[in-house]
Amino acid sequence: MGFRSMDFLRRTLGKGKIVEAEKKVKPVEATNVSQEGLSFLVGKGSHIGRKREHNEDAFFTLECTFKQNGEMMPFGLFIIADGMGGHQAGDVASALATRVVAHSLMRQVYLPFLRDEKDSSRSPINEALIEALSDASLAVYEAVPDAGTTLTAALIVGTHAYIGHVGDSRAYLVTEKGLQQITQDHSLVARLIELGQATPEEAMTHPQRNILYRALGQGGSMEVDTYFQLLPAGSQLLLCSDGLWGAVPEHEMAAIIAAAPSPQMACRRLIEGAITHGGDDNITAVLIAMTE
Amino acid sequence: METRRILRDETKLFEEGATLPKGTVLQGRYEIIRTVNIGGMGIVYQARDKRFTKVARLCAVKEMVNSAPDPHLRELGIKNFEREANILATLNHPAIPKIFDYFSEGSRSYLVLEFIEGQDLESLLQRTATFLSEEEVISWAIQVCDVLSYIHSHKPNPIIFRDMKPSNIMLNNQDRIVLIDFGIAKVFQTGQKGTMIGTEGYSPPEQYKGVADPRGDVYALGATMHHLLTKRDPRLEPPFTFHEYPLRSLNPEVSERLEAVVMKALQYEIEDRYLSAEEMKLALQAILIVRGDSSFTPGTVAFVSGQGVLPVWEFACEDEVRSSPTVAEGVVYIGSYDNNLYALDAQTGRFVWKYATEGGIASSPSIWRDMVLFGSEDRVLYAVSARTGSIAWTCPTGERIRSSPRVEYNQVFFGSDDGYLYAVSAQSGRVTWKFEALNPIRSSPAISDDVVYVGSDDSHVYALDIQSGNLKWKYRTNRGVRSSPAIDEGLVFVGSTDWNVYALDMRSGWAVWRYRTNNAVISSPSISEGCLYIGSVDGDLYALETKSGRLIWKFSAEGQIISSPAVAEGAVYFGSVDGHVYSIDIKTGKLRWRFKTGGSVPSSPFVTDGIVYIGSMDNKVYALPT
Repeated sequence: MGFRSMDFLRRTLGKGKIVEAEKKVKPVEATNVSQEGLSFLVGKGSHIGRKREHNEDAFFTLECTFKQNGEMMPFGLFIIADGMGGHQAGDVASALATRVVAHSLMRQVYLPFLRDEKDSSRSPINEALIEALSDASLAVYEAVPDAGTTLTAALIVGTHAYIGHVGDSRAYLVTEKGLQQITQDHSLVARLIELGQATPEEAMTHPQRNILYRALGQGGSMEVDTYFQLLPAGSQLLLCSDGLWGAVPEHEMAAIIAAAPSPQMACRRLIEGAITHGGDDNITAVLIAMTE
Repeated sequence: METRRILRDETKLFEEGATLPKGTVLQGRYEIIRTVNIGGMGIVYQARDKRFTKVARLCAVKEMVNSAPDPHLRELGIKNFEREANILATLNHPAIPKIFDYFSEGSRSYLVLEFIEGQDLESLLQRTATFLSEEEVISWAIQVCDVLSYIHSHKPNPIIFRDMKPSNIMLNNQDRIVLIDFGIAKVFQTGQKGTMIGTEGYSPPEQYKGVADPRGDVYALGATMHHLLTKRDPRLEPPFTFHEYPLRSLNPEVSERLEAVVMKALQYEIEDRYLSAEEMKLALQAILIVRGDSSFTPGTVAFVSGQGVLPVWEFACEDEVRSSPTVAEGVVYIGSYDNNLYALDAQTGRFVWKYATEGGIASSPSIWRDMVLFGSEDRVLYAVSARTGSIAWTCPTGERIRSSPRVEYNQVFFGSDDGYLYAVSAQSGRVTWKFEALNPIRSSPAISDDVVYVGSDDSHVYALDIQSGNLKWKYRTNRGVRSSPAIDEGLVFVGSTDWNVYALDMRSGWAVWRYRTNNAVISSPSISEGCLYIGSVDGDLYALETKSGRLIWKFSAEGQIISSPAVAEGAVYFGSVDGHVYSIDIKTGKLRWRFKTGGSVPSSPFVTDGIVYIGSMDNKVYALPT
């Protein structure tokens, strides 16, 4: 078991490094003095990892602020996707899916939101999310038929997040209590855990932990999960691919985020953490911190 | 055929290993005629055995490419293949194809088998426009049980098929079933890296823990039967969700007996399934034997009767009770169409006082300090002393009042059929402001964070500033909103007569989700622990996840549900036009008990201290034990 002990060493050394880094970096003062009221700070990053030839993850971020009903309203759209399929088809699938979803949500949600203040009568946001992900699924199916991708999209308006999700990338709510998983993985092991046929610990090493039963780009109809999540001031929303959550235990992710001086630094350290743990897969993280 | 499966290594497999062209001769003996099937794990050809020169002796040649990059693993793969081929050679059963030969050429291994003329059940299912008949499916399943019993009792070790699915069951030209694809593919499954898509859909949950048990084949046969009988392809659904789709919900033609047998085979826990294929076969045969005998019951559905529930007390008014009760300080307040508001002792139902208005009372009373506030069909809002029933003040409006008042900041908020939402002083009844909608407001307002939310028959949901009555936002549904909003975690939930339940963003009025029922939603939502409960005129009570609008369960009453559910102690309570008061288990959506009144129950229950208070159109007010 030479591998395991190497891993252990790496992990211990890795931890040491992070602590050292904390000492060196002075906490940065919040730089939102010029803004009134609610706002958010965004960190993001993606890394190929150590074992892969391509980075098949993709992400999209957009943030802006506008005034509505006398209040400054932050608005953001954040998307991550983890592609799969040989010969770079996975890269194409994930990148295409993020762009199609972004396009669809800008048209259906963002632009109307800018236009109307008081009359909000339109179809529900979850239906817009479902449509956006379904459009993306079709686009992937047509462009790269033998590829697929996961996709998790979070639309943030004020303190409210609307999430659309397919696959095993994840959205977490991060508070002082730690990480709380919002989305449910569409993977075989997640179902086994739900049925009590596997424990979360077994799942981490399960030989079929990578098998998804739902993904974009498979043709036919696809069920999209949607979630609504309040993001109170001080809380953060983490979107990440399985390259992060499959490598770094949740309590460790929580500790890294809590200790980091900024969301950007947190993302960097999360990715470093995943690499320290082996870096078997591509790693992507987008972290949105709500400030007041 | 795992056509939906995509994984990197496999895509490579197909590129490297194109199918053998027609005419290729393997081992100087087997001449490829055509490709029969390309599966995730290999290719099946039809071939001719050239040793038989005078007759065209056909055989099936199965090719497997061992693509493991590690030579040791590759060798192991070939060894396993040979071991399995040898096991197959020891089997002798009419439902198992005979094995003639096996060999390896380079990285490819071949298996030569008896060629079965016929079609597999998956193709048959695809070609059949209607449902397959129950008798047919039972007869095939019995034959499968026979062959399973045979391989499970193999000595020295039982053989587990592990890959039961419609595409692995052939129906030959004599209408007998034959199992093909004898699990050999399994030995080539080494740990794949990277995210993959696809799942087998038929395999039992324990198989993914590496547990191979004969009862895993029983599960997979159950899954196969489920697919054959319902046409719901488990490979296109989340794994292990058969129990969410009982056979009869997808195909009402299936008998209850067969449903019970298939569902038993599909239990998650190995111990809960049939002990053996033999036992399952007996259960299937029993269905054919007892066919037509109506005395059969599956025996698992709990029978709950209303007889078990006796009222703590009941109180008779002089006319229908449509209003919903409010209980405070040991007193029940409830209005009746006999024009009176009644105060009754909550423990005994003893009459305390009544206050007579000029019209029937449809709205439900609210308590503020020592006053009872309620509206009447006589267009007036009344404030009377909770202790004595003597009048404190009145507030006249232009039309009937069916909206129930709410109090915040010493202001009473209520709607009227005159189209206004009123904010009046709770001390004096003087109007502070009123907001004009386009049609009657029968919905009762909800208040949170200095905003008043209310629905109107003009189809809007309005959000108004509590101080000024100014509009903050409005959301238009497609028909009138009589349901009263409920607020939780930043969302406003409300039903509409356009058949939908809506979740609106409190702040912006944006719809977050909507859930469509099969008729108008007049009932108001009740929220508990991330779950919303609401009734519909379609007769169903719905439990929806508040964050997503996903259906958790629904319960079918025998009549329309106008009553708004109340949640207490792990149960949901509501009335129905069918005359019953229902108690439903909050987790499972199963009936706990129901109580029959003498009339429709549009009234909504109030639950406190172990008692459910509710009115009925049989003129009575009931107190029922929870």
